Amino acid sequence: MRILFSFGLTGLMAAPALAADMEISIEVPKLDVAEYHKPYVAVWLEGPDKKVAANLAVWYDIANPKKEGDKWLKDLRQWWRRAGRELKVPADGLTSATRAPGGHTVKFDGTSAALKDLSAGQYELVVEAAREVGGREVLRIPLQWPPKEGTALSAKGEHELGSVAVNVKP
Amino acid sequence: MKSIIRTAVVLALSAVVPVAAHAHKAWLLPSSTVLSGTDDLAVTIDAAASNDLFYFDHRPLQLDSLVVTAPDGSKVAAENASTGKYRSTFDVPLKAPGTYRVALVMDNLFATYKDGGKEKRWRGKKENIAKEIPASATDLVVTQSTRRLETFVTAGAPDEAALKPIGAGLELEPVTHPNDLVEKSEAEFKLLLDGKPAPGVKIEIVRGGIRYRNQLGDATVTTDANGVFKYTWPEPGMYWLEASVEDDKATVEGAKQRRAGYAVTLEVLPE
Repeated sequence: MRILFSFGLTGLMAAPALAADMEISIEVPKLDVAEYHKPYVAVWLEGPDKKVAANLAVWYDIANPKKEGDKWLKDLRQWWRRAGRELKVPADGLTSATRAPGGHTVKFDGTSAALKDLSAGQYELVVEAAREVGGREVLRIPLQWPPKEGTALSAKGEHELGSVAVNVKP
Repeated sequence: MKSIIRTAVVLALSAVVPVAAHAHKAWLLPSSTVLSGTDDLAVTIDAAASNDLFYFDHRPLQLDSLVVTAPDGSKVAAENASTGKYRSTFDVPLKAPGTYRVALVMDNLFATYKDGGKEKRWRGKKENIAKEIPASATDLVVTQSTRRLETFVTAGAPDEAALKPIGAGLELEPVTHPNDLVEKSEAEFKLLLDGKPAPGVKIEIVRGGIRYRNQLGDATVTTDANGVFKYTWPEPGMYWLEASVEDDKATVEGAKQRRAGYAVTLEVLPE
């Protein structure tokens, strides 16, 4: 009976959360530097075990004429180690071109490919940016998924990222 | 009489001490250890011996014993190899994803002998010892010196086929993957001698970039009863790990002692 009970509980915990939305705003800062390249950016959700629970977005030089854009994906070091090196790029719904300085928004609903299998629990939204001949920066925002109520969270980068905000609602 | 005995004792002692400690550090230095992409991937690797890591300012290493193992276990031919005054250099094409093992495997003999009343030293390959040491030599003591220098490079996801132990001499069996090393995190390795755990062996660990700091800042760890050692990388960088043992398990006829050395260059990335 006890086995049945705990089994039931695990099943409940693992149930994917469908009806919820996540909107992520990422500011690519305008930098006054001698040589500027738009940053590579990776966005993912990480569980307490430091494993990637959901890959949300990867911006890289996807249309590089020499097909060399993927050579620098490794510079997104944390993402590369935790997820990138196991993935094939380009990947539909995940990879896209780098973004110019300014604000950019990516939206997901609970039924999207990235989130539909995500178990309920505590996560960190991780945004990593790496710029050719520039620096690298990683921002982390803890969040609960699915959200019990509408929540706005944010973090501020210091050099490679501007403000990063995430709005989740049930 | 006393002094004769003392001389004899000194001679006997010097006979079992290795001819020379390695005065310089020998190393391989890869241009990258972690690579992404698939198109036309390669690394360039320098091979040199020097006091300061990783600066090529003393002498190049010969590449005749270079062995590069691909992720599928096959051997890869190095390209564009050349040897200059201070370093050798070569390219390794990475045609398939996975982990590559790059090794220089040296197997030499050292000998001390007397000829015409003079103490002589010889160093070379086993096939040359007979013709290069005169027949009139006496008190010949031959020591075998095997040394494996390695580094590892991974294109895409790391794998383990190329990491399988060779089973000869001193070598490292990774527990933590050698291309998955991050600052402030602990890595674990096993040291093997002839394929078996090597307990109680000291490993020297030095981070590169010595020229621009005042202290060597090296660390020493010792393998446990299972040949295992662990180390937490204090900061990112290119590290050099070295160990050597001496025993009487020489595999060359006529050699009584064996010195087996291992050194590896490992890159530790920032978190």
